[in-house]
Amino acid sequence: MHVNVRLFARLRELAEAESLTVEVPTPATAATVWRALCVTVPALTPFERAVSCAINTNFSRMSQPVADGDDVAFLPPVSGG
Amino acid sequence: MPSPDAVRYARHLLLPEFGRQGQQRLLNARVLIIGLGGLGSPAALYLAAAGVGTLGLVDFDVVDESNLHRQIIHGTADIGRAKLASAAEKIRSVNPDVVLELHEVPFGVPNARALVDAYDVVLDGTDNFPTRYLVNDACVMSGTPNVYGSVFRFEGQAAVFAAPGGPCYRCLHPEPPPDGLIPNCAEAGVLGVLPGIIGTVQATEAIKLVTGMGESLAGRLLLYDALRMTFRTITLPRDPECPVCGDASTIRTLVAYGQTCQPSETAAMKDEMTVDELHQWRESGHPHMLLDVRERFEHASAHIEGAVLIPMGTVMQQLELLPRDRTVVVQCQSGGRSARVTAALRQKGFEAVNLAGGIHAWRMAGYL
Repeated sequence: MHVNVRLFARLRELAEAESLTVEVPTPATAATVWRALCVTVPALTPFERAVSCAINTNFSRMSQPVADGDDVAFLPPVSGG
Repeated sequence: MPSPDAVRYARHLLLPEFGRQGQQRLLNARVLIIGLGGLGSPAALYLAAAGVGTLGLVDFDVVDESNLHRQIIHGTADIGRAKLASAAEKIRSVNPDVVLELHEVPFGVPNARALVDAYDVVLDGTDNFPTRYLVNDACVMSGTPNVYGSVFRFEGQAAVFAAPGGPCYRCLHPEPPPDGLIPNCAEAGVLGVLPGIIGTVQATEAIKLVTGMGESLAGRLLLYDALRMTFRTITLPRDPECPVCGDASTIRTLVAYGQTCQPSETAAMKDEMTVDELHQWRESGHPHMLLDVRERFEHASAHIEGAVLIPMGTVMQQLELLPRDRTVVVQCQSGGRSARVTAALRQKGFEAVNLAGGIHAWRMAGYL
């Protein structure tokens, strides 16, 4: 299945994309999507423990299941002020 | 009890949702702004203009020329001045009725609870993870709402944390990121107007919390993208498993995180020296090398005479420039970055010592 991934802040810069489509096997969780993303963009790997995610604009745990066509957003922490 | 000025606040008093009651609530309110930088500058100006009765301001930094493109409460003539003095002057000119409580101290474990407890609402305008986590934890423990905002290059986010039943920052990010993962301070760059947008959102949320108007951002995270000019929100409920605001919280006392801009209170105890000790070394000719690990523009703005500049990101690739026969005194702006470099150099066998408080402490001690 395909999910639509949206990236923010530093993740967006490293992936050089604000959004991209990721293919994952069924069933999948947000963590499955993240790992598939890291295969495409290895530079994201160090953020694994720091990212938060939202599925269809709802904050979600990485263990949350995703469905075909879901929007999955990954957010790194941001500290500037 | 004083009542609001009918002329100054005439346009507020015309708003049915706001009216005299809302203005009176603002006048009675005490808001603490932590950090008078990019976020705190517009927030402080708008909250003062709006008629918040008492504003507490926490900052111990001085105005640097590189701050001015976004920290609009400070002006060119304020370069080198304490940010609090500069901010207080502008606020008094905007609204002399605001009572100002100036806290020219680092926001740290020893004073966090007392500061937060003394106010109705906290506005987080800090610029580093350790302080953000401390603000969050202190607000949760105190039960004081924390109006959060944060920026990165062209993107910003805002939320209301620690409101009754709502989430906290640790529901979003339970632990600080690994050291060095997220570019910080001077490393990343930021569009100057961006913290203006986010700081103004924070001021709006603070006013809503105080007056009870509208729907607060509690339970939502606002994500702003200046390049695409989009505002998105994601729903963010309280996490029952959150380490600090969860049902079985594991963090019950305030903890310090040593990282980037804030010196670690545990790790920095050893292997560091005070500015007075360095001053004595310089006076007595004690052999050492003073290594400034800030960015080039920071060094250009002000530096300790004789300091050798090697920015933090490149120092470990240029170890041949450092002496092994005498102490390397490592210095940055306020002692955080230099503490990390000190630790890394000691691992490489250098006799490295961190200058506690950095050039900021050097300046405060009157040596600059």
